[in-house]
Amino acid sequence: MPSLKDLRTRIASVTSTQKITKAMQMVAAAKLRRAQEAAEQSRPYAQRMERMIVSVAGNLPSLDAAPPLVVGSGKDDVHLLVVVTAERGLCGAFNTNILRAVRAKIGELRDAGKEVKLYCVGRKGYDSLRRDMESLIVEYVTLREVRNITFAEARPIAEKISAMFEAGEFDVCTMYYNAFKSVISQVVTEQQLVPVKLPDDGEEADETAPDLGGAIYEYEPEEEELLGVLVPRNLSVQAYRALLESAAAEQAARMTSMDNATRNAGEMIDKLTLNYNRTRQAMITTELIEIVSGAEAL
Amino acid sequence: MADKLAFELVSPDRLLLSVEADAVAMPGMEGDFGVLPGHAPVISALRAGVIEVEGGGDGPDRVFIAGGFAEVAADRLTVLAEDAIPVADMDRADLEQRVQDAREDLEDAEDDEQRRLAEGKLALLQEMLAAVR
Repeated sequence: MPSLKDLRTRIASVTSTQKITKAMQMVAAAKLRRAQEAAEQSRPYAQRMERMIVSVAGNLPSLDAAPPLVVGSGKDDVHLLVVVTAERGLCGAFNTNILRAVRAKIGELRDAGKEVKLYCVGRKGYDSLRRDMESLIVEYVTLREVRNITFAEARPIAEKISAMFEAGEFDVCTMYYNAFKSVISQVVTEQQLVPVKLPDDGEEADETAPDLGGAIYEYEPEEEELLGVLVPRNLSVQAYRALLESAAAEQAARMTSMDNATRNAGEMIDKLTLNYNRTRQAMITTELIEIVSGAEAL
Repeated sequence: MADKLAFELVSPDRLLLSVEADAVAMPGMEGDFGVLPGHAPVISALRAGVIEVEGGGDGPDRVFIAGGFAEVAADRLTVLAEDAIPVADMDRADLEQRVQDAREDLEDAEDDEQRRLAEGKLALLQEMLAAVR
């Protein structure tokens, strides 16, 4: 049985752990609110951008003239996976989930004889993938110094992707990130960036779409050219959205896991305290018995 | 037909401006154009320049954008811009300094990639400076 002193030390150490997890939970809650707001405020832009692309692409005379970013390179031999993870740990299964999905995908693609390249955004994913797939990683960005994600962080990522595509370094690009569904649930999302997946007609009507009263848009410059400018821009918007979603999801995941940790620590303290009191009482009883039997012996 | 135009200026970060305006003039990729209520539906790319809003109430009446897209439909005008700064918030001396810096960057550029970047930046800054004048 552990001595009283040992128990006291353990209780003290669990209590201080609990203090830390509690503080982390509160910090995450505060950050979550901000991240959620940012994600919501970015929505109008993405929505309208998508509406424009659908409208322009829908009016193209034929898809042959569309820029390669839209129709792809006509092959699917080389896959680029963009892996968006957190910069820090202690957020439950947040990073593990993404990495598991990515590893499964890599295995699948390799079995099908495709070549895989990885673009890591976020240190956690890079650190983990580096161990067994270093040769596949072509790019790595860390957002460690970034406090608030702005569009300026997303742009270079998108530009790099376009540049690599133009240089023929990959045929299909898919992005993996945690989408923020609710505070307790984050969904691993797989999104194809290149070639662009155009939403099918009739898919959930956009309530912001204006009523044209039968009129058709005029395009300036021509459709193909306009699409050529819109699509790279859309790539940055999608990357930006993924970063924001991931940031909000990370804070939510951290908040939940730290809440659990705090509760666990509480339970542990209760158990240890009970144990401590029992041990203490047992010692007192033993001492009393010793005194009483000593007195009787006289 | 409405006699006002619902004008929205959206950046990736947020909805910057949402006002009822009489008229809006924009720097289109193929020439500047103005939009009045009842304009025919158009989707156009925009180059760097100044958007001028007339009768927009409290909002800023001149906004500089670094390029973007405009969608006109049914008395609504939506502008998607990556960078948008009200002209009134721009400081001329500061801009001149930045143009100077950009020129130096261009001179110091070591390869084509850097030169291209620096040229783009310089052109943008000169547009901004022109907007302040």
